[in-house]
Parts: sequence; C-alpha cells; structure tokens
Amino acid sequence: MASGEGLTSNEYMQHHLQNLVYGKLPVGYERADGHIVEQAQWTFAHSPKEAVDMGFWAYNVDTLGWSIFLGLIFSFVFYRVAKNASTDVPSGFTNFIEMCVEFVNSNVKEIFHAKNEVIAPLSLTIFCWVVLMNTMDLVPVDVLPLAAQWITGDPHLYFKVVPTTDPNITFGMSIGVFILIIYYSIKIKGIGGFLGELTLHPFSSNNLFVKIMFMPFNFLLEGVSLVAKPISLALRLFGNLYAGELIFLLIAMLGYWQLPLHFVWAVFHILIVLLQAFVFMMLTIVYLSMAHEHH
Amino acid sequence: MNFNATLIGQLIAFTVFVVFCMKFIWPFIIKAMEDRETRIADGLAAAEKGQVALSEAEVKKAEMLEESKQQAAEIISQGQKRHDEIVESAKDDARSEKEKILAAAQAEIEQQRTQTREQLRSDVANLALVAAEQILMREVDRNAHNDVLTKVSAEL
Repeated sequence: MASGEGLTSNEYMQHHLQNLVYGKLPVGYERADGHIVEQAQWTFAHSPKEAVDMGFWAYNVDTLGWSIFLGLIFSFVFYRVAKNASTDVPSGFTNFIEMCVEFVNSNVKEIFHAKNEVIAPLSLTIFCWVVLMNTMDLVPVDVLPLAAQWITGDPHLYFKVVPTTDPNITFGMSIGVFILIIYYSIKIKGIGGFLGELTLHPFSSNNLFVKIMFMPFNFLLEGVSLVAKPISLALRLFGNLYAGELIFLLIAMLGYWQLPLHFVWAVFHILIVLLQAFVFMMLTIVYLSMAHEHH
Repeated sequence: MNFNATLIGQLIAFTVFVVFCMKFIWPFIIKAMEDRETRIADGLAAAEKGQVALSEAEVKKAEMLEESKQQAAEIISQGQKRHDEIVESAKDDARSEKEKILAAAQAEIEQQRTQTREQLRSDVANLALVAAEQILMREVDRNAHNDVLTKVSAEL
C-alpha cells in the first residue's frame, strides 16, 4: 500500500484516483493545509478540492505527461523503422512493426472505401498510442506513484499513470475524431449536404410543408446521434480502463492475496487493453467512413 | 471526472502525433511493404519461369543424350568395322609377304643347288681325271681328252 500505514482503504483509493493537477489558485483561497493564498499563483493541487477549484485552466500533469511520453515512444519507434524501411528481408522488430501497420491497413481497407490519406495513419496512431496508454495499466498500481513520490520527496504526491483512465485524455482524442467527422462531412457533402443529412432524415416527406415541420425532430435525432459519437467513443475507453484500474486497486489492498489475483486480472486485462484500442480505432474508421458516404 | 485544459493539451498532442505519423511514418512503411510485395511477386514469377525453362532444358537434355548415345554407338560400330578391315588387310599383307619370302628362299635354295651341282660336277670330273691318271699312271693330256672329259662331266 502506498503512502504510509495510517491510510484507510477509502483514502487509498481516492489518493490513487486523483490526478496531479497544475493550475492557478486565486487570491484569498484557503488551501488544504489551512494556509491562505496571498497572491494568485500557479501551483500543484494538494487536495481533490483544490484541483476542482483551479477551474478549467489546469493541467493533469501526470496523465498528460505519460500520454505525450508514450506518444513520443510510438513516434520514435515507428519513425526509426520507417526511416530504415527497405524492400530487403525484414528482421524481427521491423517485422513486428510492419505487422501492426498491415493489421491497421487491412482493417482500414476493409471498412473505408473512399480515398483519404489521413485515415490510415490516424488509425495507426490511435491504435498504437491507445495500446501503449492502456498497457500502463499492467504496471502494478503502486510502482510508478511510489517512484514518483520517492523522487520528488513528497509522500502525498498524486500520480496517475494510466492516461486512458483520465476522461480528459479520451475526450481529447474523441473530440479530435469528432472534428474530423464534421470536417469531412462538410468537405464531401458540402454545407448543404451536411445540414440536409442532419435535418431531412430519418423522417421525410414529399410535401414541402411537412418536410419543414419534420426538421426540428430530425435535427434533434440526428444531432444526438452525431454528438453521441465522440462521447460514446471517449466514455467507452475511459469506462473500461477506469473500471480495470479500480479492480487493480481493490486487488492491491488484499495483502498477499493480491499476487495471484493481480496476475489473473492482469492476464484478463491484456484482452481489454488490446480490445479497447481496437474498438476505438475501428469506430473511428467507421465514423469517418460514414462521414464520407452520400445518402 | 472534472474536465480541464488537459483535454486541449491532449487534442494538440493527438493532432501533432497524427500529422507526424502521416508525414514521416505511414508513407515510408507502406511504400517499403508494397515495394517488397511487388519484388516478391516478381521473384516468384521469375522462379516459375526458371522452373519452366528448367523442365524444357531437361527435355532437351534427354534428347541430346539420346542423340549422342546413338552417335557414340555408331562411332563404335564404325571403329569395329574399320578395325576388322585393318586386321583383315594386315593378314593379307602378311600372307603375301610370307609367300614372297618363301619364293625368294626357294629361289636361293635352287640357285645354291645348281651351284653345288656345278661344283660337284667339276669336282667329279677332276676326281675322275685324277683317278684315270692314277690308273694310267701317266699324264693325261687335258687338251687331247678335253672333249671326252667335257662329255663325261655333262653326263654327270
């Protein structure tokens, strides 16, 4: 268990589920230790309440940092392989990378028939990056937080290592996908076509008046289904990983029994790690493919 | 679940990584893989061509082998024939040579015989003369009895 003996299981869980937040505290704010902030300052939050009170312009340094770090690993590794790519016989690691690329490419080709140079690299980035981020869940829950606490010398440091258990991260990506959905919908179908898609389906009529009457209903339905796409995309990934992380935390509180249980759950979790990354990638492809389709 | 600017940070990072992948990773790996694919396909086609050429060569080889076998047999049989001829002619030569030598030897023998006979004849004539001289106890005039002597020696 992390951070000392006197921690109840509830506190332990809460501590583990709190991000390391860097943000601005206003003047006169009473901090967690009773200290009053005399000057507005950028600082790390020392309690969940402080993190919330920092408002929107605060950063989850831990999850965002790991996310960027893992993204850099992905970019670096794949860039190395891409730079040395040749038509010669590929050796072990190159083979593995090419297998990933081939896997993503075949999935994209299967679903997405329009011509688009963004979709395949986008899918590859999503898949590999999300796999890497999810894999952080397989690191025993206390290892990296304890290391961070030891390095910084702060025994109460918040440190969340799995980026995909932070909704900010999953929504950051799904909103990126959402922007692409809207961009391609408008690019392929034009503004009129896109609005028509939102307002003229599923109820339509040959009578112009009835058609106009249907518009608000259609817009409501289609608007919800459009907005539901990024939300479901982000929440699915977040929910699965968050639940997995919670179970890891519960197991971590079991004393010695955690060892076999952790192993069993970790083995099962490998499936979730890969499956959720795959689902995120596939849904991205499907949504963008729908954005390219004419009705 | 409180949202903050992490979301924007992640959105920017996402964009950057996707663009990086699109510009510097994806095209190169895909191009290498496609090139390798065509290279393998070409290699396989070449191998197939080679296989066909090999089987053709195999057939040709068998034909040539058959042909050369026939030629060899022909040459051998010709050689045999020639050999027989040479042996035959050598035999003929030897035979005629033998006859020649035989004839020469006979001729020489004949000549020796006549010579010996002549010798003997003259020796007998002289012997007869000496014997007659002994009998008569006197000199026989060779000139006076020459014709008798010649007659006798001719009769011998």
